[in-house]
Amino acid sequence: MSNVVSALGNASFAGFAKISEVGPLGMISLRAKPDVKGLAEAIKAAVGTGVPGQRKIEIAGGKAAGWMSPDEYLLVLPYGETDAALAAIAQAFGGAHHLAVAVSDARAVFRVEGAKADQVLAKLSPVDFATLGPNELRRTRAAQVAAAFWKDGDGYTLVCFRSVATYVMGLLTHSAMPGSEF
Amino acid sequence: MSTRLTRGGRLIDRTTSQEFAFNGKKMRGFAGDTLAAALLANDQMLVGRSFKYHRPRGIVAAGPEEPNALVGLGKGARFEPNQRVTTTELFDGLEAESQNHWPSLEFDVGVINNSLARFLPGGFYYKTFMYPRAAWKHLFEPIIRQSAGLGKVPKERDADRYEQAYAFCDVLVIGGGIAGLQAALVAGASGARVIVLEQSAVWGGRAPVDGDLIEGGSADGWIGAAVKTLSLMENVTLKTRCMGAGVYDHGYVLADEKVSDHTPGDGRPKHRLWRIRAGQIITATGAIERPLSFAGNDLPGVMLAGSVRDFVVNFAVSPGDRTVVVTNNDDAYRTAIVLKEAGLAVPCIIDARASVSGALPAKAKALGIRIEAGKAIAKVKGGKRVTGVSLCVQAGEGSVLEEIACDAVAMSGGWSPVVHLWSHCGGKLTWDTTNAHFRPDAARPPTGADGAAMVVPVGNANGVMTVAEVLADAARGGAAAAQAAGFAAEAVAAKAQSVAEAAMEAIWVMPQGASPKLRAKMWLDYQNDVKVSDVQLAAREGYTSVEHTKRYTTLGMATDQGKLSNINGLAVLAGALNEDIPQVGTTTFRPPYTPVTLGALAGESRGEIFQPLRKTPMHAWHEKNQAYFEPVGLWRRPYCFPRAGENHEQAVHREVNNTRTALGLLDASTLGKIIVKGPDAGRFLDMLYTGVMSSLPIGKCRYGLMCNEQGFLSDDGVVARIDEDTWLCHTTSGGADRIHAWMEDWLQCEWWDWQVYTANITEQLAQVAVVGPNARKLLEKLGGMDVSKETLPFMQWADGTLGGFPVRIYRISFSGELSYEIAVPASMGAAFWETLHKAGAEFGVMPYGTEALHIMRAEKGFIMIGDETDGTVIPQDLNLGWAISKKKADFLGKRGQERNYLASPDRWKLAGFETLDGSVVPDGAYIVAAGKNANGQGNTQGRVTSTYYSPTLKRGIAMGLIKGGLSRIGDVVEFNTVTGGTVKAKVVDPVFYDKDGEKQNV
Repeated sequence: MSNVVSALGNASFAGFAKISEVGPLGMISLRAKPDVKGLAEAIKAAVGTGVPGQRKIEIAGGKAAGWMSPDEYLLVLPYGETDAALAAIAQAFGGAHHLAVAVSDARAVFRVEGAKADQVLAKLSPVDFATLGPNELRRTRAAQVAAAFWKDGDGYTLVCFRSVATYVMGLLTHSAMPGSEF
Repeated sequence: MSTRLTRGGRLIDRTTSQEFAFNGKKMRGFAGDTLAAALLANDQMLVGRSFKYHRPRGIVAAGPEEPNALVGLGKGARFEPNQRVTTTELFDGLEAESQNHWPSLEFDVGVINNSLARFLPGGFYYKTFMYPRAAWKHLFEPIIRQSAGLGKVPKERDADRYEQAYAFCDVLVIGGGIAGLQAALVAGASGARVIVLEQSAVWGGRAPVDGDLIEGGSADGWIGAAVKTLSLMENVTLKTRCMGAGVYDHGYVLADEKVSDHTPGDGRPKHRLWRIRAGQIITATGAIERPLSFAGNDLPGVMLAGSVRDFVVNFAVSPGDRTVVVTNNDDAYRTAIVLKEAGLAVPCIIDARASVSGALPAKAKALGIRIEAGKAIAKVKGGKRVTGVSLCVQAGEGSVLEEIACDAVAMSGGWSPVVHLWSHCGGKLTWDTTNAHFRPDAARPPTGADGAAMVVPVGNANGVMTVAEVLADAARGGAAAAQAAGFAAEAVAAKAQSVAEAAMEAIWVMPQGASPKLRAKMWLDYQNDVKVSDVQLAAREGYTSVEHTKRYTTLGMATDQGKLSNINGLAVLAGALNEDIPQVGTTTFRPPYTPVTLGALAGESRGEIFQPLRKTPMHAWHEKNQAYFEPVGLWRRPYCFPRAGENHEQAVHREVNNTRTALGLLDASTLGKIIVKGPDAGRFLDMLYTGVMSSLPIGKCRYGLMCNEQGFLSDDGVVARIDEDTWLCHTTSGGADRIHAWMEDWLQCEWWDWQVYTANITEQLAQVAVVGPNARKLLEKLGGMDVSKETLPFMQWADGTLGGFPVRIYRISFSGELSYEIAVPASMGAAFWETLHKAGAEFGVMPYGTEALHIMRAEKGFIMIGDETDGTVIPQDLNLGWAISKKKADFLGKRGQERNYLASPDRWKLAGFETLDGSVVPDGAYIVAAGKNANGQGNTQGRVTSTYYSPTLKRGIAMGLIKGGLSRIGDVVEFNTVTGGTVKAKVVDPVFYDKDGEKQNV
């Protein structure tokens, strides 16, 4: 897969927090009603986690399942494993109505790391970090574009659309400039 | 002269001297000074020229209400106009220049307007510059702009950075004086999340200057302890230099933090605009002192009494050796006492009240200060600064009793609560006759989403004027806000002893019977040069509404928004109208409280991140290959790829010709791609599209149209059937997000029980159109898939591997040529695009841009959403009836299209046009018809929708809508042109090129 490149070629910036574009990262958009038969099996088979509760993300090593809406989940996994995961999902659902589609390439992924990482995001997203729960996946916006993020380790993983990766890198860089801590 | 005192100054650090320049003149101040204090310390009393009459003006106030002392601050890329010296912190190297002077501050030619003042009455501009109309632009406006106006517009790009940030709290306290701190202590102790904002760099407000005693000690001591207590509370955030600018619906507050105004160029953002969502808002915004209206009250040296006190106590700055105090209340006596205790002379306290009693006057008297009760200032004497005042009786007409020499006048007309933030979101006011001011009406607060009050005013801002009452009111307000936010709070207030004050007396004109000549020198609005006589004239001319009077006279406009002038102005208006002040009412308080620089409002949105620019995976290649971009929604798409020596038109023509004769590549990644899946997906698409999609066989493609409920054409594109219950819908580039939202809208709100899911995978795939007679050769060379006509015929698709890339190939054509649209995962898009270019070299490959795409589709008579459609066009207008199912019971737009206006045979319909002389019809041209309409405009019978020079046909071609449509073929019509005259064109079939479609079907 030498032809596979992430949106910004893993660009990074060191300000009062460290910003890095990571990836490519495998992602699957899974749409199914929470009570549909096979949902738990499908998520388990694809990423090895349980079904995430409302606004939560279940993380298991390099894989995760996030709650995006009452009938939408975001599955995160290594880039090369999406085809196998899609096949496993289809099998788990049997004929039950659902939609699973790879969106790895439609996204750009950033890590924002450091003790004050939340300040970088607080400049861009109307999110109350004091009430952001553990393992909470927050769908929001970063300035003018849609974004989602969750806390993972000592930083945040932020997902946005691939076409606006340059814009989001610009936002994060601007917001993490040394001296602009609160 | 104003000067620095040898002792005192609670805010200055005499060990740190700072150099600054005013109009190029070097001066020195101390760390902790405001620019106003430093200017006065250097005897710079004249700081600007007034707006209209260019009268000399000095510093009037010590805070954000200052109307006169506005300067241009900084140089070049850090130049900022209209900065108030009273709120500008001094720093080493500060450079300021006065405004509205020409040629110099000391000698100003415009002051001639002053002697012509009686020819420049209120409404002067409206009266004078009405006629002739043409003179406005070329004569009146340039002259007015030269002689009036305040700051200069910065000429360079701002060197600084700005940002915004979000914050959340249960209780937001705006104002860090003793009221704000007391309220924060109570709210903080309840456990509520509290944010406290103070606009200046210093906590505590006016209490230390007024000499208030709290808990038996100095106000300074209590403030220090309160700030320390608050800073130790984890649930409390304290912010100085952060001005609460506006209160909006649902507890939303904007606050402007001046991060590095006082340390310019240190790399930090200049301002940070806080966007705060608060459960409850406490406004502890204090009060602003009102001037008194006496003749000459605008001369440099006439200042607000409280501000004089500020300068002496905070900065050890004396406004002059001899200061006359003029007042209608007891508070101003504090100023006299402070001056006297600082060793300065107070020749006289002129008190408009007939009798004076109370503790403060008694203390002043004990200090040996002369008090003249029932008296007034008839006139202030002096030119560029005060030299004296003439004394008269308040009850009279201004006959001079005595002249008193002095260097400064400290005036106080009472205090007005800062009700701005209370009022922004609908809080109403009540008139308080005791204090002659408007204060918040607790019965009519601004309300939140639950209909309950969301703003709690406390202290001076609530019309509570003495220190003990202020603290009690603030504790009550702090507890009320915390309780409203769901916390148990107790209103425990610090104890303070208030000095009893006698009642003030409302004085709106001094002396009350002043002659017209005196009234014409009584300034209400210093910033806009509005006098008592102007407002009275407006009233005589019929301006009875305070809002109209504001616009007519400019009272309360510009950067200070009438902080000093509003109440005085409307009181004078009420007097002239013989009405009560509450009947006249106030003008509307709107955010921001004090001006917020546009940089802070823009935040990070400038330069590269002004707005998101969407980029395809091939964008970097396009940039490297000199693409000329055009915006398509937020995308930037290559318009063309000019080569050395080519202009854009030549490049476009080369791209068209090369694609038609050899091989062209188009980055079509922006094309919308939406997956629609489920047992009801076919039924759903049959409702969305005008045609039938449910019957599309797996592996095939079909062109479809989408309309809105009104029947108007909304979007188009090719739909591919992927498997039994999955379709892929292509939308226009600009329509992807809109159509996806449209689908979800119908699925979530109307057909919620249909089993359909959608996914917008537009960005998952890079898509390349491989177009031209050599297209197949290129794909065959890459290898891996059979792309022959037999295996992959027109309007079919196939999955496979092409040159090692996982692809899906669609045999669709928007150009009329042999064409394959190939989708690959976006992460491989750049590599795939380069591979096509490398392998295609031998077949004459060239990239082409959107303009070549447009020309080729127009040559084929294909419509373009946004060109042939504009929201008023139905598919039938475009001869697309063939794409509308007659069999389906329903689809979105079906009923709309049956309405008689849309079904009318008189509608303008699509046809092609060829100019007789081969020229190109101008964009936007109309087809003229005989006669004129009711408005005397020429009649029309159609309009052009697409018009190009066709490099293929070597002539101008156009598509357009014309009454009668294709039935008009053969007619010669006339299009109007931009330069006048018309161009003749023949109505033709809109398919100009390869009518039988042989080229795309090879």
